[in-house]
Amino acid sequence: MEEREVSLHRGLIGAQPEPAANGQRVNRQASREGGFPTGWLIAPSVAWLLLFLVIPLISIFVFSFWTSTGYGLEPGFNLQNYGDYFVSNGFFDPESRRFLSPSVFIKTLGTTFRFTFEVMLLCLLIGYPIAYFLAMRVKSFKWQMALFLLCMVPFWTSYLIRAVAWLPMLGRRGLLNSMLLALDIIDKPTRVLLYSEFGYTTALVQIYIVLCVGPIFFSLAKIDADIIEAAKDMGATAFQIFREIIIPLSLPGVAIGMIFIFVMLMGEFATAVVVYGGKTSTVGTVILNYYAIANYPFAAVNAIMLMLAMMAGVVIILRLVNIRKEL
Amino acid sequence: MARWTPQKRKKAWVTTLFGSYYVIFILFIYGPMIAMFILSFQGRRGGTSFPMRGVSLYWWEKLIEPSTVGDMQGALMRSLILALIVMLITAIFSTMLAMAFRKRFFGANVLFYMVMAGLMVPGILLSLSLATLLRQIGMPAAWWSSGLGVHVVWTLPFGFLVMMAVFNRFDTSLEEAARDMGANEWTVFKEVTFPLVLPGIVAAGLFGFTLSYDEFARTTLLAGEFNTLPLDINASMTQRIRPTLFALGTASTLFSILMIGLFLGIYSLLYRRTN
Repeated sequence: MEEREVSLHRGLIGAQPEPAANGQRVNRQASREGGFPTGWLIAPSVAWLLLFLVIPLISIFVFSFWTSTGYGLEPGFNLQNYGDYFVSNGFFDPESRRFLSPSVFIKTLGTTFRFTFEVMLLCLLIGYPIAYFLAMRVKSFKWQMALFLLCMVPFWTSYLIRAVAWLPMLGRRGLLNSMLLALDIIDKPTRVLLYSEFGYTTALVQIYIVLCVGPIFFSLAKIDADIIEAAKDMGATAFQIFREIIIPLSLPGVAIGMIFIFVMLMGEFATAVVVYGGKTSTVGTVILNYYAIANYPFAAVNAIMLMLAMMAGVVIILRLVNIRKEL
Repeated sequence: MARWTPQKRKKAWVTTLFGSYYVIFILFIYGPMIAMFILSFQGRRGGTSFPMRGVSLYWWEKLIEPSTVGDMQGALMRSLILALIVMLITAIFSTMLAMAFRKRFFGANVLFYMVMAGLMVPGILLSLSLATLLRQIGMPAAWWSSGLGVHVVWTLPFGFLVMMAVFNRFDTSLEEAARDMGANEWTVFKEVTFPLVLPGIVAAGLFGFTLSYDEFARTTLLAGEFNTLPLDINASMTQRIRPTLFALGTASTLFSILMIGLFLGIYSLLYRRTN
């Protein structure tokens, strides 16, 4: 079975020498003396990541405490930005009608999260059967790879273009409306398709679903066919096999896919503008708006909150599925 | 031919069911792009939705005229150059990193998460952070400096994961043998390691090229004075949407697919040679 797995992955990534005969461990660890010095190998990447990732992220955290001067930043330690973020006018004021309503920024974060969650769920429900079909039902390796690549091609094309491509589909005179009219489901063109929650969610699912089909496919393809045969021999029904073997073994792929989609969607802003006509704001659009009016500290606060929400989400997903143990 | 037992019939039926679902799925992910493709040949008086009012190359011609769409050619050139540089850096850095990770070293875990963070941090956040920092220290942003910087942060984890997978199944006894015969490190790398992992390096480069060529969020605030192609597309979307945009989208998509095909071709050629 080891053979099968190796041949399965060999076609994907790089060529390796044939693995040693069964039962003999291949020496994968480079010897301690051999090889280039580690320091030289990692130095360029470390420098690059410090310069373009770590330092900017630390600085945005620092800037979130600075004061906006209207056109720039003034150093200091100021919690006002965070206050503005959380507390709207009238919050906790017994006289006000907005006594317990959260600020508009928290609400935006909430809406972004709600859309993200909906799209994640839809991607999982629609994408899982595809990954299952490719990994379990397509027997020939060649066909498996071809059909899988066909699913993956959109990942390498511009997501901006894919958002634009929804306009002729969803518009008032778009394809979907014509189809619904032709089928006599509606008698006049509906406007609810474009610039609506429906259109937005559909476009997001179409754009991001490839990110979950891939990882789920890989974890399903790794399942040893012998386990399923054994279960069949012991009289397990198809549903039992699915519930007790296939689902648990595919969970790491599901988790990785969900993390991908979650992270990308929380920072999403372009699709909202194109397909939703800017009718909703996401955290991303809020950040850009405050950057545009040069209120950098407040843009920074929004960014930090987005980051915290994302980290919380990723931690929750990782708590539900222990990826490290499963891999 | 095998006889049709009830079990086999049921199996075939289930496979057909899944197959049709797959076809619907493919229509769902490609449908809008195909509609866009057809509409880019819209007649001169047609609009951005069906029905077609004649077939023409009018909108494609408008795309090529320099005056109408601003600096499209320039943006395309910049995107291509940027993608090529990102491709090179991604291929080199990810190979070096993966080679380092073959041995245990101090801080390996921290470095691993640092590389992966490039995948996790949303583009808009990175864009905002670096743009604000550059403003504060008074350095201008440009597509070839700050833009290049964040693009590599985004593509490096993909290349790194590919190279890690390659080296994970790499048999080091070949290198050992070369060393035993007195080859120095450079010779070992040039003659043994590099030819064997070359298909992986090509794959890492493919990720670098296409991800950078299509990247929008990370360049939003960091391209400086001149736009890359995705920024140009975004700018033309804020104006009235015309079929020219569909022509541009079709051209850009076809180009991406062409690049993937080209890379797959090179890849399979190298792959066949190394085997």
